[in-house]
Amino acid sequence: MNGALRTLLRRPNGAIGVLLLAVMLAAALLGSCYTPYDPIAIELAVRLQPPSLQHWLGTDEWGRDVLSRLLFGATVSVSISFFTVLFSVLFGALIGAASGFFGGWFERCVMAFMDALLAFPSLIMALGVMAVFGPSRYGVVLALSLAYLPSVVRIVRSSVLSLREKEYIEASQVMGNSELFTMLRHILPNSISPIIVLASALFGWALLAESALSFLGLGVPPPASSWGGMLADSRIHFAAAPWLALAPGLCISFSLLGINLFGDALRDQFDPRMKNL
Amino acid sequence: MRRVVDQVSFDIEAGQVVALVGESGSGKTMIGRAVLQLLPQVAQVESGSIRFNGRELAGAGEAAMRAIRGRDIGMVFQEPMVSLNPALSIGCQMTEALKLHLGLGEAEAARRCLAMLERVRIADPAGCFAAYPHQFSGGMRQRIMLASVLVMEPKLLLADEPTTALDAIIQKEVMDIMVALTREMGTAVLLVSHDLGMVAHYANRVVVMRKGEALETGRTEDILLAPRHEYTRNLLDALPSRAKSGPPRAAGEQLVAVRALSVDFRKKASVFWKQPGVFRAVEAVDLTLRRGETVAVVGESGSGKTTIGRALVRLVKESSGEIDFGGRDVTRLAGRELMAYRLQTQMVFQDPFSSLDPRMSLCDIVAEGLRNVPGMKRAARRERALAMLGEVGLGDYGQRFPHELSGGQRQRVCIARAIVATPCLLVADEPVSALDVTIQKQILGLLDLLQQKFGFTYLFISHDLGVVEQIADRVIVMYRGRILESGSRSAIYDDPRHPYTIRLLQASPRIQRCPQGGYRLAAHPARSQDAPQGFCYFNHGSMPGIAHSTGSLEMVSVGDDHQVACSRAA
Repeated sequence: MNGALRTLLRRPNGAIGVLLLAVMLAAALLGSCYTPYDPIAIELAVRLQPPSLQHWLGTDEWGRDVLSRLLFGATVSVSISFFTVLFSVLFGALIGAASGFFGGWFERCVMAFMDALLAFPSLIMALGVMAVFGPSRYGVVLALSLAYLPSVVRIVRSSVLSLREKEYIEASQVMGNSELFTMLRHILPNSISPIIVLASALFGWALLAESALSFLGLGVPPPASSWGGMLADSRIHFAAAPWLALAPGLCISFSLLGINLFGDALRDQFDPRMKNL
Repeated sequence: MRRVVDQVSFDIEAGQVVALVGESGSGKTMIGRAVLQLLPQVAQVESGSIRFNGRELAGAGEAAMRAIRGRDIGMVFQEPMVSLNPALSIGCQMTEALKLHLGLGEAEAARRCLAMLERVRIADPAGCFAAYPHQFSGGMRQRIMLASVLVMEPKLLLADEPTTALDAIIQKEVMDIMVALTREMGTAVLLVSHDLGMVAHYANRVVVMRKGEALETGRTEDILLAPRHEYTRNLLDALPSRAKSGPPRAAGEQLVAVRALSVDFRKKASVFWKQPGVFRAVEAVDLTLRRGETVAVVGESGSGKTTIGRALVRLVKESSGEIDFGGRDVTRLAGRELMAYRLQTQMVFQDPFSSLDPRMSLCDIVAEGLRNVPGMKRAARRERALAMLGEVGLGDYGQRFPHELSGGQRQRVCIARAIVATPCLLVADEPVSALDVTIQKQILGLLDLLQQKFGFTYLFISHDLGVVEQIADRVIVMYRGRILESGSRSAIYDDPRHPYTIRLLQASPRIQRCPQGGYRLAAHPARSQDAPQGFCYFNHGSMPGIAHSTGSLEMVSVGDDHQVACSRAA
């Protein structure tokens, strides 16, 4: 594993991606246990202060410390994205692999359902789910997982369909292996690279979608902070206090960049053919 | 920087066929591409000269090359399936060059194209002119491709493996047409091929290449008769030939008996509520395999030969018929019994590049073949897998991955995986057709060695009659799902009866070793045989001389272990 990490870091893309990702995760971890100020404590005396030694990134309209809110928001945003990706990839891969491998009526029903889901723009669908469940973290995760599920299912299914034609799948059958074993041993490991690329892209989308939902007031309910919510709150003060928008905006941008670079490097890493290149 | 072609010189006279022959990686294709300046981005001509009709082509500008390509130098590529544009009609593609280079009008261009299509023996030139590429088979497409290149009457034709993707009979037709037409037009031909046997039948001169070097250049007869370079001798030597026939191997007891096997494939339904059509891939086939023998199934693509093998290893389900294995009908097996049967039969696949899981080490790949052996521990499986890798000559390769291996080495791994549980029956589906001749020889040798050591029975599926002649004890000739002729190797090769078998044999190029040293071209005798008394070989068919009917064919015995399919004469 040590060697794998080293080869990952040897690629410049991988190194930058890992660095950005590490900063993001560190912020999320730190935000969950320590922030310089209470992220929700209102102190109107210091509202809309520019960055200073006391408040490194300034304060917002209620006098709350932006850095503290950013760190706390990192925990919220990252954990929402993480669980969204986890659920949609886990269930999407299983459903996609099963429908690709077994085919028949099962596949037809699943794909019809997925196509129906896909017909809604993912954000609209998330909006619908949020409208039903009311704004909460769990609602966001559920809504986004459901919205992204069809694309995972489709991609995994198509990769399984092309793998199923390979002769080593037939060889496994001739050796007397069960279909389940063949799927777990040969098909899923070989479709891991599209899944990883997709997962990294999904993480970015989820981060963005969570921001968008919060921006629309349907995400994490106030006073808790999230990056998208902070961006939303900052827009009326943009002329007077641009740091309010810049701080969460840059956080979102750099996180996305880091995730995408990391995803690409990881895909190369997982492919044995790309080793020693 | 790597040099892929080094100091190669040769010349071609008008009307001559010069062949560049070599195995993969010999740089033969690069030479053809260099002539037209169609080298890949990473390659360039370092030094040397390419003179065409007194003009220097090396370093000529792009505009000058555009005027030459297609007009003075035509090119035919290997893959007929992708070298025609699927979105344009044949006529549109053929007339394009005429209009562009010669400034001909629509009517005149069409007239010339139709005339050329007729010369490449397209049955219905006008129909073909309006049709689209997907409506034609590979052989037809290659003929159309040839017509569209030759209609420009180029001075030089570059043909890069023009018939490699085609069946033997079609290959012969296309090559015959190509050589006849170019000879008639006085077009010089540079034929690039890996197939020395085929090339020797058509080329005036041969350049033998290896790793970018021209090892030997000379007239075809001279090279065959007295190959000077050792590599040329190896190449000629590696061409399959019948082993010095000793006494026929003692036939063992019956291992498998296939009775009246038919396999149907469902076509895709046009709309999902309609009953889909059915395509019969194998029809009422009987065949017996005896312990320890090698039975070869030959036929062109679509003959159903692969389907029989796949039915035997239970990869496809039959529609009717039975497969008797040790007194039990395996078509009815399921669960544990099927598992036990699967340990007895294994398969080696055609494409060594897709038959190994790229994520598993070789040791794991081979050990997987033992996963279902009852009561075998993991450590024992690994040990046995390593031993088997040693058996196929890859002793130290256990921890490597498939992408590190060459095609021949991969095929060795496939063989090791198939035999690691010591099955009785091994179905080998074109196991050497993706390999170079010298590698092919090694793999065939390995299969033979393993058979002697472990006593396997082989069902060897191949389109290559040369390879089959080398290893088969008995041969089965198939066409469109039916067996047309079956018999011992000597019966099929020395005394073929069915017109289709004879055509097949004539289409496969042969080079024979002369008793006094050297090699010479050999042709199968073109005598046709009358059908047995009271029978005829065909009643009606789309191709002359070939039975193509669902009518009742009977296998009639015409000699010791020799049957031929005929229908009763009316």
